[in-house]
Amino acid sequence: MSGAPELPLWAALLVSFLVLAGAVITLIGAVGLLRLPDFYSRTHAPSLGATLGVGCILVGSMITFSVLQSRFLVHELLIATFVTITTPVTLMLLARAALYRDRVERTGSAPETDPEPTELR
Amino acid sequence: MSALRRVVPYPLLFLALLAMWLLLQQSVAPGTLIFGALVALGGCWAMVALSPQPARIRRIGAAVRLAGRVFVDVFRSNLAVGTIVLGGEHRRTHSGFMTLRLELTNRYGLAVLAIVMTCTPGTLWVHYDPMRRTLLLHVLDLVDESEWVRLIKLRYETLLLEIFE
Repeated sequence: MSGAPELPLWAALLVSFLVLAGAVITLIGAVGLLRLPDFYSRTHAPSLGATLGVGCILVGSMITFSVLQSRFLVHELLIATFVTITTPVTLMLLARAALYRDRVERTGSAPETDPEPTELR
Repeated sequence: MSALRRVVPYPLLFLALLAMWLLLQQSVAPGTLIFGALVALGGCWAMVALSPQPARIRRIGAAVRLAGRVFVDVFRSNLAVGTIVLGGEHRRTHSGFMTLRLELTNRYGLAVLAIVMTCTPGTLWVHYDPMRRTLLLHVLDLVDESEWVRLIKLRYETLLLEIFE
């Protein structure tokens, strides 16, 4: 898009802050994939990018195009909605596949049976 | 009302699909509206073939409150997981599995709870056992199990019970 330079200063500052913040949050999630020790811990890291990371970038996008075309453009909300309702499916599938594999192979990184329920005190 | 129901079996779904179509097309021209309505109608009749369990949202207020809590917790848990990722070695090795008992049995309520748990990094929904009504979780920062039980049961489950049961 070549329309970016026509953004007023306040919008440019706000949008660059949001996009940069979203990128940094997603980067931290990616670093987490590298630094966390086992599979189950690693599944937590990318959800940084799938929640706050994507949120910041989408809000930035909404502000940019709403200001540029001087009308409300909110179809990014659809991206947010679909990312939010589909990530649990993938994560659950991955976690259950890993748990199944670990229990069959008895690799020891997952409990053989579910731990006893922790009660509310 | 029943005549409308016979043509449009799921009015809310119809409206949501139509809204989605209009947002995607970014116009409210008559042609877009008519085509969007056809698409939404098709979606509704596909749902009839699936014959889902009827869902009833009882308290809109509780749903709004839940959305507010989740919004706050998204920021909080992103910060928590971020500090764990960037923190020292000892912070990163406290993860583990835990189980908790849920009173919630409504499948839509459980689906919403699964979405909430995924939206807040740090908790991973692994397996729900409908016979024992227990939920197996993986938690990144598992120092005190009862704290997580309190968070999930008091902060989310009570509201979900109000909304769906």
